[in-house]
Amino acid sequence: MRPVGIAAGAAREDGTMSATARPRIADDHPFGVAALARRWETLLVVVLALIVAGGGLSLHGFLDLDNLADSTFNFSEKALIALAMTLLIVVREIDISVSAILAVASVAMGYANSRGVAAPGLAAIGVAVGALCGTLNGLLVTRFAIPSIVVTIGTMSLYRGIALVVLGDQAYTNYPDALGEWGQGYAFGVVPREFLVLLAFALGFALLLHGTTYGRRIYAIGSNPTAARYSGIPVDRYRLALFIAAGTMAGIAGVLLTGRIGSTRPNIALGWELEAITMVILGGVSIAGGAGTIAGVLLAVFTLGMVTYGLGLANVPGIIMTIVVGALLLVTITVPVLLRRGAPRRAA
Amino acid sequence: MSVRQAAPEVARRRDVRRSRAGWLKLREVQLGLILVVLAAAIGLRAPVFLSGHSIDSLLTDSAILVMMALAQMLVIVTRGIDLSVAANLALCGMVVALLGEHHPGLPVALLIVTAMACGLLLGALNGLLISVLELPPIVVTLGSMSVFRGAIFVLSGGAWVSAHQMTRAFIDFPLERLLGMTHLVWCAIAAALLAWHLTRYTRFGRELYAIGNHPVSARYVGVPIVRRLFGVYAISGMVAGLCGYLWVARYAVAFTEIAFGFELSVIAACVIGGVSIAGGVGSVAGAVLGALFLGLINNALPVVQVSPFWQSAITGLVIVVAVVLNAREGKRAGKQILPLHENAAPPEAAGPVAALHER
Repeated sequence: MRPVGIAAGAAREDGTMSATARPRIADDHPFGVAALARRWETLLVVVLALIVAGGGLSLHGFLDLDNLADSTFNFSEKALIALAMTLLIVVREIDISVSAILAVASVAMGYANSRGVAAPGLAAIGVAVGALCGTLNGLLVTRFAIPSIVVTIGTMSLYRGIALVVLGDQAYTNYPDALGEWGQGYAFGVVPREFLVLLAFALGFALLLHGTTYGRRIYAIGSNPTAARYSGIPVDRYRLALFIAAGTMAGIAGVLLTGRIGSTRPNIALGWELEAITMVILGGVSIAGGAGTIAGVLLAVFTLGMVTYGLGLANVPGIIMTIVVGALLLVTITVPVLLRRGAPRRAA
Repeated sequence: MSVRQAAPEVARRRDVRRSRAGWLKLREVQLGLILVVLAAAIGLRAPVFLSGHSIDSLLTDSAILVMMALAQMLVIVTRGIDLSVAANLALCGMVVALLGEHHPGLPVALLIVTAMACGLLLGALNGLLISVLELPPIVVTLGSMSVFRGAIFVLSGGAWVSAHQMTRAFIDFPLERLLGMTHLVWCAIAAALLAWHLTRYTRFGRELYAIGNHPVSARYVGVPIVRRLFGVYAISGMVAGLCGYLWVARYAVAFTEIAFGFELSVIAACVIGGVSIAGGVGSVAGAVLGALFLGLINNALPVVQVSPFWQSAITGLVIVVAVVLNAREGKRAGKQILPLHENAAPPEAAGPVAALHER
């Protein structure tokens, strides 16, 4: 069989980049001011700057550094999940069960804690349980060739159910202080540790996706799984690994969240899967696979974080935030399509 | 997967139906048998479960899920998904609850029509973005889900509308009886008959399957994809609106979080009923049985004295088992890459290519 080059179809360059565009893999990225201005990340930077400027001008205490540092607590754990979700969505998969995995990991930690396991052991258990749940998802998706959305809707119910069966209407509390230190603590007295963990993982994921062969293969799988398989990429092994990664990140988020709030209830992190997916889509990752960057997702995380923070300072109820997030999501995917449609009509 | 599976699926079902005792191999029949066996097994342990009263309440409790699953089935058949149905249901429920509270004189029939119109409008909004702008359904409905849910809070100011603020007629309608069955059950039966007619005997319904089986071919043969997709999301919204009224009236309370996460139960019912998330495959019987299956589990747990906390775990397990079984069946059907002609030998020779496709 002739080798199928991934870059073969990539010569066409129309310069558009949007949340829904079909992915291309170019051998080298064109660099220029015009190309840079059209990038999704640029738009996010502008929006973020506008939000920060608007918040700083209109709200007292918005630009206070301590406040800003504390506001990162609201999104750090979700963003950790969103990082792994990014890779999954890039390969055309999705994991709805992440928040339920977080719940199971937290319940496992609570159980171990009640048996007297020390903080490092608890963290290890949380991460391991997360990885285990992710492995089950990955095996179901790859072994039986079932669409991941179906598998993870099922396992979501299953994992959340396990948490419910173990806890009922009870809660695990009395976690050791050392665990709380990870969730609530500050490094150098100012920066929340969670935020540093997030930045470290973001850097790691960015290097993996944008700087290694593995990353290029992840894009290749997302662009065309069949072609990727024909060119010798072990597609299913990659998928499995990414589901394990998603579970592991949910486990890590579970360790941090459990430490931060100091208790485990069965409804912990309810609905976070949709928030994490929203972050990823807002970050310019195509739901059709094959396109998106970690930088974009991180910018989307900051943008949403700043909006939440600003609305919180302005005493707007949290549920209004869901309207803003939903509307933001709809607008960001609609506008590029409308612009693309509008452009040729004006030219004609 | 769906592209390869679609044509053999049709051929397989036809072959299966024609062969002797082949109807036993149909997914809907198997699911129905499992349902009966399960009900009988529970009845053996707790005979009260098979009493008329218990079955009546099982059907009444499942009615809303049945209707929602039918609408979702139509959406999923086109390769789409509607995650906003639960939020739509809650919003329409709140709208009619507030309307009924402030204008107690309004007849219930008018309120039901209002709920359906409200749902239709919200569904049409989804449909517009998905059909005309060709945006991915999962993203659109994820976004509109948040917007709808937030809109309930804006509308109600976060307050509850509870039983004493609703008129008797408003609350009574869903549980009133006609020929021994509640209105809820009659609504579900009517929805099932309508959906059955729609999917089997109307151009609209058949074209939904065509779109789901192969969108490109559907376009080539002249299926008006934009109008069909718009229509299917509008229908999904309308059903959600109707269920919004039924839900609020049945439980006699409306607040921001009602039916939170219900969209996933609805999709789960479809998946259990053999509706393929890859599009083009799904039947009315499957969706109804899938919804009844979930309803059966929910109603049986207290009867056999299992803690209701087990409900979610068991539901999850059932979904996973159901999709694994469906996938195995699909795999067997996928081995043939061309639809079988009558009396033709199975194309064993297709080996290596088909095997590659299987990976």
